[in-house]
Amino acid sequence: MTGILKHKPDAGETRHIKMTPEDKVYNIIFTIVFALVGLICVYPFYYLIICTISEQQAVSLNQVFLLPTGINFDNYIEIFQVQGLAQAAFISVARTVITTAISLVFTSYGAYIFTKQNMWGHKIWYRFVVVTMYFSAGMIPIYMNNRLLGLTNTFWIYVVPLCLSVYNMVLVKTSIESMSPELEESAYLDGAGYLTRFFRIVLPLQGPILATVSLFTAVNQWNDFFTTQMYVTNTKLYTLQFLLYELLNQVTAAADQIANENPYATITPVGIRLTLTAIVTIPIICVYPFVQKFYVKGIMVGAVKG
Amino acid sequence: MSHEATARLRSHIRSKKWESYKLFLLALPVIIYIFVFKYMPLWGWSYAFFSYRPGLSLAQCDFVGLQNFENLFGNAVMRQNLFRVLRNTFGIQILNYVLMPVPMLFAIFLSEIKSKRFQKVIQTVTTLPHFISWVIMFSLASSIFGSSGLINSMIHDMGFEATINILTTDDHVWITQALLNLWKSMGWNAIVYFAAITGLDQQVYEAAEIDGANRWQKISKITIPLLMPTFFVLLVINIGNFLNSGIDQFLAFSNALNMSQIEVLDLYVYNLGIGSGQISFSVAVGIMKSVVAVILFASANFASKKIRGTSVF
Repeated sequence: MTGILKHKPDAGETRHIKMTPEDKVYNIIFTIVFALVGLICVYPFYYLIICTISEQQAVSLNQVFLLPTGINFDNYIEIFQVQGLAQAAFISVARTVITTAISLVFTSYGAYIFTKQNMWGHKIWYRFVVVTMYFSAGMIPIYMNNRLLGLTNTFWIYVVPLCLSVYNMVLVKTSIESMSPELEESAYLDGAGYLTRFFRIVLPLQGPILATVSLFTAVNQWNDFFTTQMYVTNTKLYTLQFLLYELLNQVTAAADQIANENPYATITPVGIRLTLTAIVTIPIICVYPFVQKFYVKGIMVGAVKG
Repeated sequence: MSHEATARLRSHIRSKKWESYKLFLLALPVIIYIFVFKYMPLWGWSYAFFSYRPGLSLAQCDFVGLQNFENLFGNAVMRQNLFRVLRNTFGIQILNYVLMPVPMLFAIFLSEIKSKRFQKVIQTVTTLPHFISWVIMFSLASSIFGSSGLINSMIHDMGFEATINILTTDDHVWITQALLNLWKSMGWNAIVYFAAITGLDQQVYEAAEIDGANRWQKISKITIPLLMPTFFVLLVINIGNFLNSGIDQFLAFSNALNMSQIEVLDLYVYNLGIGSGQISFSVAVGIMKSVVAVILFASANFASKKIRGTSVF
């Protein structure tokens, strides 16, 4: 493996020197093709942002598609007059932070405990846990179960059913197993119990994989709208994603509501939809570049594990 | 053996035993959690054997045995609906499989480009859509493809009368959904191939170059065959997930006009159970789905064992 890695730059350089005319043509054509592919991926986001900061009149006449005109941020101020938006933002942030934190600790705790082969019935219990990746009771039975547990229409429906992911647990377990056992042994000889060793020694050393699984959990939490659709009727517990989903079906009502409360508001139904979409998307666009290296690592661990 | 040594050994064994029980006790919260949230829902399968009406307890409902299952096929309307949603699920998923090589080809051709920085930028940009929700997807799609969206207004500006309907029609729904899914997942699915390409032995390419292989020959004779195992593993995993098409995409994009074509099995179960309150029927459909899913997993695994000698799951 190291041999391959050492060879790499060499191979690249030889290719660089030996660039034939055919290679040059290839490079130009495919650079253009991939630039187009990249553009197709980015343009919808760009279009979204410029529509929200342009003059609303120009937007409704569809004159905005390359550059924003009359840049202003009125939309982002007026959108907060949509009923329940601040509350929904709070719920979205709260569920993302709380569930990610709990899931991080609980998932890695489970991973750590199941690395201990001398557990009573280790083989059976580990199978008992892992086999749940391959079957599901189904949507409706899970719904009935959560209702039985009294989770419907509470904040905890966003937290409790999602605070342990078996898939993530397997990823973290693989990572813990690749750690050198001496580290834990020395703490064991100093008389530290399992929990101390877990929190003091094991957990701090799993940085990259924990960052990855936290990212997966956080993105899933932030993006989820189906849980609200299925379990929640209390409007105080709506999330931003669900609010957007509702709004997509009835934008005009929200615009009327704002117009009634504030006759000087300039926000249009389209403006509301786009601005809310932007509000939900921007956190992801902002966080994403910083976490990119982690998810590449994480997806590789997952792929190796299969 | 001296008396003292036996006692020490015995206490050692006992402490070892105690250690293993202690570990079990520490694992108990995880085991209980898994039981409550993954195994306990299985009792809900019993609803399929009753004629359940919301508001009543199961004991107050009539036990009907397999009648719900019989009705799924016996009742003409139910049967037609079931076949329709199965056809939708198969149609969309098969298109997804047909598009599966696209991320691989994307990775292969992108890594042929000389500039590493350009590669990095394109990779970053194409992965971004993976991280947004299907609600946002729908919002973006309707601002671009909607009847008063960007594309239609451009067509009107150019003086054409026609309006292109993509989202509110029952034509070409499957391919639209498959392409939207491709747009969202291409960069993400390409990551595995990028990593695999980076790990390929460069000496093979050098040898091929000496033998006078051109770029296309290197791609088709070396890179693609070397990536086939990765492709195959992903294909098997996807086939195992055949019926799990997910619900977010289809719930977000469904409307009265395209429902007949977009309603996949998961969405049907949801609409039947939560939408129309026919819990017993929807559980019956769900059970059949779970059983088929397990069979698919097992046979995909079996196929993988036969062909490649290793199991995927």
